[in-house]
Amino acid sequence: MTSSPGIRTEPLVLLFAVLGGAVLLFVVAPLVSMCLQCSLPELVETARDDEVQSSIWLTLWTSMTATVIFAIAAIPFAYLLARKDFPLKGLVAGIIDLPIVIPHSAAGIALLGIVSRNGLLGGAAAKMGLRFVGTSAGIMAAMAFVSVPFLVNSARDGFGAVPVRLEKAALSLGASPLRVFLTISVPLAARSIVSGFILMWARGMSEFGAVLIIAYHPMITPVLIYERFGAFGLKYARPVAVLFISVCLVFFIILRFLAAEKENAQR
Amino acid sequence: MLSVRQISKTLPSFTLRDVSFEVQPGQYFVLLGASGVGKSVLFEIIAGLTCPDAGRILLDGRDITDEKIQQRKIGLVFQNSALFPHMTVYDNIAYPLRCKKLRNYQIHERVVELAEDFAITALLKRRPQTLSGGESQRVSLARAVASEPRCLLLDEPISSLDVKSRPQMRALLRRINAQGRAVLHITHDYTEAASLGTHIGVMEGGTIAQVGTVEEVFQRPKSEFIARFVGIRNFFEGQLAKPESDQTDTRRFRTGDLVFWVLSDNPGESGYVMIRSEDITICNSASRTSARNNFEGRIVDIAPAGPGVEVIVDIGVEVATLITAESVKKLELDCGKKVWISFKASAVKFVEG
Repeated sequence: MTSSPGIRTEPLVLLFAVLGGAVLLFVVAPLVSMCLQCSLPELVETARDDEVQSSIWLTLWTSMTATVIFAIAAIPFAYLLARKDFPLKGLVAGIIDLPIVIPHSAAGIALLGIVSRNGLLGGAAAKMGLRFVGTSAGIMAAMAFVSVPFLVNSARDGFGAVPVRLEKAALSLGASPLRVFLTISVPLAARSIVSGFILMWARGMSEFGAVLIIAYHPMITPVLIYERFGAFGLKYARPVAVLFISVCLVFFIILRFLAAEKENAQR
Repeated sequence: MLSVRQISKTLPSFTLRDVSFEVQPGQYFVLLGASGVGKSVLFEIIAGLTCPDAGRILLDGRDITDEKIQQRKIGLVFQNSALFPHMTVYDNIAYPLRCKKLRNYQIHERVVELAEDFAITALLKRRPQTLSGGESQRVSLARAVASEPRCLLLDEPISSLDVKSRPQMRALLRRINAQGRAVLHITHDYTEAASLGTHIGVMEGGTIAQVGTVEEVFQRPKSEFIARFVGIRNFFEGQLAKPESDQTDTRRFRTGDLVFWVLSDNPGESGYVMIRSEDITICNSASRTSARNNFEGRIVDIAPAGPGVEVIVDIGVEVATLITAESVKKLELDCGKKVWISFKASAVKFVEG
């Protein structure tokens, strides 16, 4: 740990370190305790459970698909927020943050209003044979609703940090605005975009409240954990939770690793 | 030909008013002005990065005022090179060629050719972050030239370079200009203007105060501001000889029939010398001092100049000196009087041109 030269900060730093340690312990202790209370045979048995397997797979692919689909619109939107001034921009930025601050069960109820058969979006989708309530499409909608602010905000910060000078230089070299966006702005903001992408994906995977209301079935893992806890108790819910956390961690580490490789290649 | 006509722009901090000048093909036009007079805003307006409130910009007779940046055919080089950090030097130079959708072999041929021209072949695989200031600016120039602009617009391209890299960069800029491409170079440094420019426009208070050849602007500044800003009234073109021995850097500079002693280690031979008027002393008779340059001449003009008095002495060329009013009185100086002027070899600044 380093400190500014000439300033005696050791007692203060020590105090901060103790406080930081307490926060870390608060986060780590329940997770470690849960893992320690779960035996290996229990975990193996849970991993072989078809319902658990399909639930984890469903959670992974729906959250990833929701992230990819919404990224197509969210990334250009983030660029707009970073680069252009327009009326009510502050309000727009506030609306983007809204899903973070409202209770997720309330978000699910709000979303249900438009994706149900009688809703605006649900009604239009039904005419094309697409249903949201009780389907993987509904799960994706619920996941995206609560997690898209993470991608927009992170990408917006990334675009904001790209020097405008580079974009102007690219334009003067004959590139179209779209080409400048794709070859200069996006690659230079890639670090933040990837961070936002991972955050959105992770947040989508862990979503419970909104998904519970839109699509209890097919069952994503957070809902399955809740159901097993309610029906069979802690002992049956715990191995599913440990397994799901482990799978998420593996995917999270792989994605971070791939993102870091890409950044190194661009340096 | 680039024609800037009555450009005006009002910003919160200052105003550009009726800025007009023309850059002919093959000209090297230097826009010279102190910091904050609006040079960079004018750069952005000509480049198409900012819209003017009024006025037009024409390139080869075509009105490009409302044209998109990518269609203007104006190459930009920024003070801190705007190389794309996520691309290699090769990809940076290839960027404008890829925008034109050239075939890969055509892009490769052109990049290699430009790299040889700009002496950056060894850098092609490197990333911009690993380049020195001089290397970065050479790559920026190569990239700008690759886009085949009708006019090159340079914003303080030399200011951020170290002293060693500057002569190389100047030589490169002269070479690009010699190929017939019009160059508009924006700077606050009068030595850059003297060294590179064929024509100079001096900016003062958001407008163009004087436009002319380098000699006209430096020798006959139209206003006190310009005289003070360029700081040099004594500006002579000529040839610099090699040092007479290895032990000295003192060299002869011949301008017309006159020879000045110059202290310089500049390897150049032809160029300009500049002597600040306050570095020249006047005596009524020849006197032995350490000054290497002593000339007899006749006073042709005496005029108040701000805090002092400007005395013009004809020694074969007219030399401006700046002395105090007390000295004028004490030496009983008057028009037509014969005097001696002297200045040190170290007061004579040589600029390769």
